[in-house]
Amino acid sequence: MTPQLFCFYAFATVIVGAALATITVRNPVHAVLCLVLAFFSSAATWLLIQAEFLGIALVVVYVGAVMVLFLFVVMMLDIKPEVMREGFIRFLPVGVIVAAVMLVEMLALIGVRSMAAQGLPPDPAEAMKLSNTAWLGQTLFNQFLLPFEIAALILTVALVAAVALTLRKRSGVKTQNPSLQVMVKRDERLRVVKMPAERIEGGAP
Amino acid sequence: MITLAHFIVLGAILFCISVAGIFINRKNVIVLLMAIELMLLAVNMNFVAFSRFFGDPAGQVFVFFILTVAAAESAIGLAILVVLFRNRSTINVAEIDSMKG
Repeated sequence: MTPQLFCFYAFATVIVGAALATITVRNPVHAVLCLVLAFFSSAATWLLIQAEFLGIALVVVYVGAVMVLFLFVVMMLDIKPEVMREGFIRFLPVGVIVAAVMLVEMLALIGVRSMAAQGLPPDPAEAMKLSNTAWLGQTLFNQFLLPFEIAALILTVALVAAVALTLRKRSGVKTQNPSLQVMVKRDERLRVVKMPAERIEGGAP
Repeated sequence: MITLAHFIVLGAILFCISVAGIFINRKNVIVLLMAIELMLLAVNMNFVAFSRFFGDPAGQVFVFFILTVAAAESAIGLAILVVLFRNRSTINVAEIDSMKG
């Protein structure tokens, strides 16, 4: 067993354990943390096969942003674990059976196809004298430029949609409207009244 | 020696775990979303492995796009969840039945 294979088995064990913990633990905060562990270990296995850019991107984007978003939401919502757990035991056999059947089917398929097991081929990026990031970037910006721009658009739309969904307009709240405040004119605030001068009758000083 | 089968089997196991998670956690929307993230991770694992073993960068570019779309999906999903909790004070799937589906 090569050290590489040993590392793979170690990471794979952690991934599977963390994934099992994610779907079974009682507390949603612990579930999110287990999911973080699963993502982190997956990034490690990707690093094992020289997919460096995606491994780092998974840690930065997923663990750093999406999972923190999950944690925020889980901590913000007031979830009662006991209510959420009802039906857990009832659906457990069905879930396990379906998952086991699917796994057996998939493994049978994979077993048929992977009889001629071949080892890791030489790194294609290395063969072109490029780093993994440069290798990916050349493909991304030559062949996939339009999908890349569309992905940026999707992110923008998601940003706007998330803000628009959660924006709350409360009625009956007294607030200042800054745009009206800066647009105010002098005539709306100051009224000059013309008055004749008054004089007391016969009371000359 | 790591072979392609190692990674595909790992992806298959992850996918089945997340399917089981969807079955047994059907009350809790947050855990359902997390199971979907696990599924996407399993698919990404296959993409990365195939890309590396066949020397084709398109697979890894696709993982990049999947990460983008998954981030957008979870942002909108969590926003919907927050609005749902604000309006109904619950995220129990069984109680969200106002559309009588």
